[in-house]
Amino acid sequence: MSASPSAAAPFENKSPRGIHAAPDNVDHSHDKDHGHGHGHDDDHHDGASHSTLKGYVTGFILAVILTAIPFWLVMGNVIESPRTTAIVILAFAAVQIVVHMIYFLHMNTRSEGGWSLLALIFTLVLLVIMLAGSLWVMYHLNTNMMPGMMDHGMHTPSS
Amino acid sequence: MTTSNTASVDAPDNLRFYVPGEHHVENGTLLGFWFYLMSDCLIFACLFAIYGVLGRSYAAGPSGADLFDLKLVAINTSLLLFSSITYGFAMLEMQKRQKGKTLAWLAITGLLGLGFLGLELYEFAHLIHEGAVPQRSAFLSAFFVLVGTHGLHVFFGCIWLVVLMVQVGRAGLIPENRRRLMCLSMFWHFLDVVWIGVFTFVYLMGVLK
Repeated sequence: MSASPSAAAPFENKSPRGIHAAPDNVDHSHDKDHGHGHGHDDDHHDGASHSTLKGYVTGFILAVILTAIPFWLVMGNVIESPRTTAIVILAFAAVQIVVHMIYFLHMNTRSEGGWSLLALIFTLVLLVIMLAGSLWVMYHLNTNMMPGMMDHGMHTPSS
Repeated sequence: MTTSNTASVDAPDNLRFYVPGEHHVENGTLLGFWFYLMSDCLIFACLFAIYGVLGRSYAAGPSGADLFDLKLVAINTSLLLFSSITYGFAMLEMQKRQKGKTLAWLAITGLLGLGFLGLELYEFAHLIHEGAVPQRSAFLSAFFVLVGTHGLHVFFGCIWLVVLMVQVGRAGLIPENRRRLMCLSMFWHFLDVVWIGVFTFVYLMGVLK
């Protein structure tokens, strides 16, 4: 995510890494600039240190736009059909979730060697199975077992 | 990890012993915290599934269109969105090791979070006052559990934020505190992601039909 090239801030690996003895005001300002190919930093973490002002502001502006449009669509009754509106605002929500993941949670294929993305994908698979499965099963349960359906749909011994 | 080997070679003798272990711990913490967030995500997925199934079971009671005040929800959404970016600014100041500015942005984030909670509690009180209590219908039970669980998360996030501000104020931006701030950052942004689902699926779509 970081736009600045890592070469711009060469990292001094030669300095003794006095992690716990180091005073708090040691200059670590280069942290945000690197993040590709350096593994020696004491406090560096792949993925969490990619944050830049540009990234946060970009994400924020996109998030505001993606939030404002669905509210405008619903509050202003812009689209006639409620069904179409629902699909459109769900699509906006999906895009906004991706924007938050990339710009605020700094998800990418490299962070934690790909393990966090793998966990996310696994969660998404479970989530889709659970949500789609629940809605599907319960919808059919409702449709087939509504009280009105009992008369012609079910054969009880008494009838 | 191969990286720790290099770090231990670079370190002077009296420090070499400590270096490899600490590095692993931090990596592990953030990845482990991400796993926790994913499991938390499954909790919310279950609650969303419950709401999806029961969200139209009004039991002749009030529906979402009768109850929800979208202007209030819009304000709440913007509060949470602003708190996300202010937390981001706090993280940027943390990277520059500006303790005072970090604390200031964290305080603003906390106030926005409290504002969100206040508005949500006001909404709940208003609903209960109108008789739209959780016992009224399956829709209201599902609504209160889903939105209430999210609010509870924000509440604990606020407590965590205050604790971290005290710790940063006392010990400064030491590696441990930076690691904790990164975890809370993930937590906070994650809650904002969940809120996207809530305002879209519960409020906006609840008003539609």
